Amino acid sequence: MKSLTQPSNQHSGYWAFVVHRVSGLLLALFLPAHFWALSLAIRGEAALDGFLRWTENPLVKLAETLLVLLLAAHLSGGLRLLIIEFLPWSERQKALLAAAGGVAFGAGLLFLFNVA
Amino acid sequence: MDRETTLRVSVWRGTDTGRFVDYEVPRRESQTVLDVITYIQRRLDASLAYRFACRVGMCGSCAMTVNGVPRWTCRTHVAKVERNDTLQIGPLRNLSVIKDLAVDMGEFFDKMQRAGATFEPADKGRADFAVVGPESPPRRLVDAAIECIGCGVCYSACEVVAWNRDYLGPAALNRAWSLVNDVRAGGNPARLRAVAGDAGCHSCHSHQSCRQWCPKNLNPTASISGLKRAVTRAAIKGTL
Amino acid sequence: MSARVQTWMWMAQRASAALLAVTITVHLITLIYAVRGGLSAAEIIARLQGNVAWLCFYVIFIGAAAVHAPIGVRTILLESTPLSPRVADALCGVLLITILVAGLRAVFGLYGFSG
Repeated sequence: MKSLTQPSNQHSGYWAFVVHRVSGLLLALFLPAHFWALSLAIRGEAALDGFLRWTENPLVKLAETLLVLLLAAHLSGGLRLLIIEFLPWSERQKALLAAAGGVAFGAGLLFLFNVA
Repeated sequence: MDRETTLRVSVWRGTDTGRFVDYEVPRRESQTVLDVITYIQRRLDASLAYRFACRVGMCGSCAMTVNGVPRWTCRTHVAKVERNDTLQIGPLRNLSVIKDLAVDMGEFFDKMQRAGATFEPADKGRADFAVVGPESPPRRLVDAAIECIGCGVCYSACEVVAWNRDYLGPAALNRAWSLVNDVRAGGNPARLRAVAGDAGCHSCHSHQSCRQWCPKNLNPTASISGLKRAVTRAAIKGTL
Repeated sequence: MSARVQTWMWMAQRASAALLAVTITVHLITLIYAVRGGLSAAEIIARLQGNVAWLCFYVIFIGAAAVHAPIGVRTILLESTPLSPRVADALCGVLLITILVAGLRAVFGLYGFSG
């Protein structure tokens, strides 16, 4: 297994990678669960409503907020990568990373305010 | 004022298996890590194996892992890296250890060959000098990458090299990029094929640990991104 | 798997990423908007039932996810586990089919919902 931290990777570029990879993996695991919930609709509206009532549980709401944060983080990190890879090199790297983090956080907060 | 006058230094002894052995080295002003290693080998333990050559930051031979970070030991001042008067010195990571602090650079240079990072003129029968303007766009791209001296620090810092045994690594790919943009160089469609795929540029995840630690402030990640773009263009055109 | 094939896989991953950037943003905004006042099955179904535009949107969304996620997971398996490339490729093929089947089933189920 990869060593997650060692002295030579304590810098923002590496942390951005870890966030991107972990969020991606968690999202890939979440997708099947997400589709399963939606497939309940096929079994009738009542089944899906029963499930949606479950989602009003505060712990579940927290999990949902986490998911939106993961989504926003992975999306922002991904955009940063696409910029690094497809646009010729520039020194705005760290600014982009900060902006990416901000967008991710902002989206999560927005969801939290709507959900709470 | 009350300065500790002794450094406690942990040095790797052995091959890929071995252990850290402690030595006590007197501190001196403006002391470098290479000075420390030299002291140990000359005064304390003559069996210690290590490499150096120019000792002034030009050859890259003295690269080692200092407190977990790959550095040129001749250009690393003890005062900058010591922690509570202790130091840990080991061989470069990601390469097999011949003895103590000397690693086998064979794999590093093999990957240079595999990445097509060797120059062959496109026009072999040429009688005249090739004229490459310093302001020309390809030349500027080459200039940004050309100063690499093959010291292995980036290769040692790269996490993907540790996770993927076949990965060509930042130095080889950086050199290949400089040749992709060298208008005098031959072998370019084949070179793009050599740097593509899981063993090549596509495994770079832009951690930029290479850039973080390169003693010449090079940016292999940028070069590798350039390779990604060049390979994509070739794939779409069907010339890959 | 040749370097050429691996190159096309990488390109597919980046292309699907760009597509997902758009679809995820639309999805997130819709979600945040829909969650106001509580989310109910009726609302979800009302939005998708018989709506060809949303159907097309989600089919493209699921297709992009089915390409993007398995290629990403494959890299993680190859770099962080001792699994061989063959096994990693097979597992990712399974993930691709799972996402495609489960996702399309869900979307078509909501589109054609008849109580």
